[in-house]
Amino acid sequence: MGDFLLLLTGSINPYYLQIIVNIGIGIILALGLNVITGLTGQLSLGHAAFMSIGAFTSALLTIKLGMPFFANLVLTGFITAGVAALIGLPILRLTGDYLAICTLGFAEIVKVVFLNLDITNKALGLTVPSAITAVPMPIVVWLVVLLTIICVTFIHSSRFGRALMAVRGDEIAAEAMGINVTLYKVQSFAIGAFLAGVGGGLYAHFMGYINPSDFGFLKSVDILSMIVLGGLGSITGSVIGASILSAAPEFLRFMASYRMLVYGGLLVCMMIFRPNGLMGGINFTSLVLRTLGRKPHLKTIMEQKTAETSGPCNGDT
Amino acid sequence: MFLQQLINGVALGSTYALIALGYTMVYGIITLINFAHGEIYMVGAFVGLFATSIFKLNFLVAMLIAMVVCVLLGVFVERIAYRPLRKSSRLSALISAIGVSIFLSTLAQMLFGANAKGYPEGVFPVKQIHIGSAEISTLQLLIIAISAILMISLEFIVHKTKIGKAMRATSEDYNTAALMGINVNMVISFTFALGSALAAAGGVLVGILFNAVSFNMGLMAGLKAFAAAVLGGIGSIPGAMLGGLLLGVTEVGGVAIGFSSYRDAIAFAILVLVLLVKPTGLLGRKIQKKV
Repeated sequence: MGDFLLLLTGSINPYYLQIIVNIGIGIILALGLNVITGLTGQLSLGHAAFMSIGAFTSALLTIKLGMPFFANLVLTGFITAGVAALIGLPILRLTGDYLAICTLGFAEIVKVVFLNLDITNKALGLTVPSAITAVPMPIVVWLVVLLTIICVTFIHSSRFGRALMAVRGDEIAAEAMGINVTLYKVQSFAIGAFLAGVGGGLYAHFMGYINPSDFGFLKSVDILSMIVLGGLGSITGSVIGASILSAAPEFLRFMASYRMLVYGGLLVCMMIFRPNGLMGGINFTSLVLRTLGRKPHLKTIMEQKTAETSGPCNGDT
Repeated sequence: MFLQQLINGVALGSTYALIALGYTMVYGIITLINFAHGEIYMVGAFVGLFATSIFKLNFLVAMLIAMVVCVLLGVFVERIAYRPLRKSSRLSALISAIGVSIFLSTLAQMLFGANAKGYPEGVFPVKQIHIGSAEISTLQLLIIAISAILMISLEFIVHKTKIGKAMRATSEDYNTAALMGINVNMVISFTFALGSALAAAGGVLVGILFNAVSFNMGLMAGLKAFAAAVLGGIGSIPGAMLGGLLLGVTEVGGVAIGFSSYRDAIAFAILVLVLLVKPTGLLGRKIQKKV
């Protein structure tokens, strides 16, 4: 099995393989931020900080302790989540833009600290040995992606997820309903950070080299753009947004130096023409069911409704 | 020694304050974090650079030209990228602002190259003044003076003129202001114009002070100025001034006592600490939540 998969991934052009893995890591990060910003409504401008913490933790666990990869990833996730909970407890009392700037500040502090610590090799960054896994790395990444999508879907439709949405809708009303707002906010922060940590660990082991400067403000913005582009709070949207924005810089590569110019312009245009994101307000499941004919199309529902309401009126006149 | 660092800090801080004012005014009116503001500041620095090096203009004239160019740019950006999004969610506008920021800094990199450039020598004749043990350059005094003049004029515009009254009304309540016959779109454009002019002035002053202008100077300066605006209480004009000065002084002080490699973290550490104690910033209004 392992040999077959190795053959499979080996037969793909390494360049495309890297894009595919980047998309996978992008999806994990976007889904994590989507729990914090999309589901709970807490704007975070420092998601890359958790990715950074995850990447360095996981790299150090491999280098210093030689821990097996899967245990390493899980432990990395929990450590990152722990850090997020510690940070989140005081700063999640803030709301709106004050929280946003605090997360941004936290991310900058993490970056500068990592740039100055000996254990993270200062500004030189760390070289990470590739992970020893039963299946090739790209498959591992995509297995984690699948697992993440399943878990996040469960969160969305669970009692816990509904509590988070209540917090997003109105904190005071949620509190009146008996929801411990701070507790839920910290939990959602920790879940988002867990995913960011795992994504960071995968990134570190796939790329083989990490530098604190890679996880700056622009990386956080990248992740935020993914979920806003896809549609806040939508899992499908996050997946699509992450796929587009992770692949876009590569597909725009033929434009060489115009690449980021187009990227910036694209962000503006996307927001102007679809301000709620690509999948904003669209329910993916019912969309699929409708195309399969398992659920009546919106148009037929509308027609039925107009027929019902206008029916008796026509009879009267 | 202390006086020396204080002057250094105030000079740096007043440039932060100039940029922070743009953030705070725009936020006060349309609650948008204008992430492209740092880029406007960068463009201002470049325009000043070209005016002094290619056209050999006096730096005060160069500063005025930079302010005019940035006013046009700021109003244009608002018209193109923010006005269509005024009715949609705030996050979309935020992403749009980030898009503009990436666009402008990449454009600057393509047009002007990736290397930092310096202002021509002697654009401002620097003399050192000795006060006790402190050595203060005339440049620092000039920066403090120009910033003070600009901030006082801003206070005058906001509190004593008709357009200032319209600005305050719009920031109080957007819809009611429109109902009272205020041309809200014009007021918003004017706010962007004012903020951009101040940022351009800040850009030219910083360009001369550090003698380095580069395409990515807007990012960190923008983030720190934004931090300054939030520190003072976002939406409050005196708050932005206070926040900027405070950040400048603590940053210089931190470097002086030996945290120079943590320079960029100092501003944010102060910010996080202050927000934990006073969640709406130093001079921010406490918002009473209603159900």
